[in-house]
Amino acid sequence: MQLIENHTTTGIPFSNKAKLSARNVDVFYGDKQAIYDVSLDIGANEVIALIGPSGCGKSTFLRTLNRMNDTIDICKVKGEILLDNENIYDPKVDTVPLRARVGMVFQKPNPFPKSIYDNVAYGPRIHGLAQTRVELDETVEKSLQRAGLWNEVKDRLHAPGTGLSGGQQQRLCIARTIAVDPEVILMDEPCSALDPIATAKIEELIDELREKYTIAIVTHSMQQAARVSQRTAYFHLGQLIEVNPTSQVFTTPQHELTEAYITGRFG
Amino acid sequence: MDMNFNQHISQQFNADLEAIRNQMLAMGGLVQRQVSDAIEAILSGDTSSADKIIQREDDVDEMEVSIDQECTHILVRRQPAASDLRMVLAVSRVVRDLERMGDEASKIAIHALEVANGNQAGSKICHQAIRHMGTAVVKMTSDALDAFARHDINGAIEVVRSDKLVDEQYASAIRELSTYMMEDPRSISQAINILWILRAIERIGDHARNISEQVIYLVSGTDVRHSSLSEMEEQTQADN
Repeated sequence: MQLIENHTTTGIPFSNKAKLSARNVDVFYGDKQAIYDVSLDIGANEVIALIGPSGCGKSTFLRTLNRMNDTIDICKVKGEILLDNENIYDPKVDTVPLRARVGMVFQKPNPFPKSIYDNVAYGPRIHGLAQTRVELDETVEKSLQRAGLWNEVKDRLHAPGTGLSGGQQQRLCIARTIAVDPEVILMDEPCSALDPIATAKIEELIDELREKYTIAIVTHSMQQAARVSQRTAYFHLGQLIEVNPTSQVFTTPQHELTEAYITGRFG
Repeated sequence: MDMNFNQHISQQFNADLEAIRNQMLAMGGLVQRQVSDAIEAILSGDTSSADKIIQREDDVDEMEVSIDQECTHILVRRQPAASDLRMVLAVSRVVRDLERMGDEASKIAIHALEVANGNQAGSKICHQAIRHMGTAVVKMTSDALDAFARHDINGAIEVVRSDKLVDEQYASAIRELSTYMMEDPRSISQAINILWILRAIERIGDHARNISEQVIYLVSGTDVRHSSLSEMEEQTQADN
């Protein structure tokens, strides 16, 4: 397998209601290039699925969208990522408020070793989003409700978050993310550690969250991509091969690599 | 690219898809013979094969059910996408058309028997039209199946074109038939048999057209059902 020379992305990578726009993004780990010249818009209130074989750069690309890669010393990002037309890689941008605006949910649920309440209240506290105890209570309740977890935990808010089941922990992490009122939520394989029922609940939740947020999800499950997203972006060896409406990608993909991947001819 | 994308990682998946496709083509071969035998029976007046044609319908029905079951299994087990999904859907739709073609062939055989056992008056009317239309739809059936096997869009469009001609021939044969009935009322009972036969042949042409539409869907992903010929040509050109 090798890179495609002079590749331009097939399909429709741009959107006329872009919330996040990547322009000519290259990412390097030391002298090894992981992402090649990726340009992609993520539209407001859409779910975009990033799919591709292992090592194709989809997670790396996702992590550029809220500067998560800054935490890796040897990682260098070139190009621009625009959030509401402002480049988040501008040296003046502070990553702490940025990551409140662009939240992230990880593969393994990672609640803090604190109570359910404190897990959700943590963000609003450090960002000073709640002035009074009552306000904080409201934020915690609203976030847990939006994450579909309130009814299951309302009687044990002060029990440790780590005592919940895997699926509940993941919804707790989603509640924690939305507690700081983000605009974009990045999800890196949020269901890969969950059973089918817990997965179905998260997928249902993703669909509801779309009304309020913009969501980018990396997933290894093509059925999941097909179920939750409106657009699908296929990555291959660090290149963005094709972006199209999800229903099109899964019935009539334009690029032969996309076709080969989603029909299970490699991966 | 130095990779071979013809094969799935799962060999069994390749085998499953190959199997439904081959069984569908085999079923197509059977139906095509049924149709040509039925038309031969009416033209030659030799109805010795008619019973066999009518019996063979059961085999065709069984094949439809078993191939469709295989399609369901593939959908459940593999959740196919893209060209694989289109293959499964197309096969499942094509076997339904083939089964109906088989039904039409046995209708022709049944009416061929009635013509042979009925009175002489009118038993030979419209033979010219039956011969032309019959030859055309047998060829269309075989061409549509070939186009499926070869993923040949142009071959499929050719079948759609032929179907238009068959429809025109059908309309003119019906006019001819009503003239006979008006001129010689004794021929009416035979003319009605002939009418059913012409109708069945025309329907077989429609089913061949449907199969061709599935070839276009299979290859290009464009659903051209209920499109006119010119729309079809436009759409498939846009895809190429």
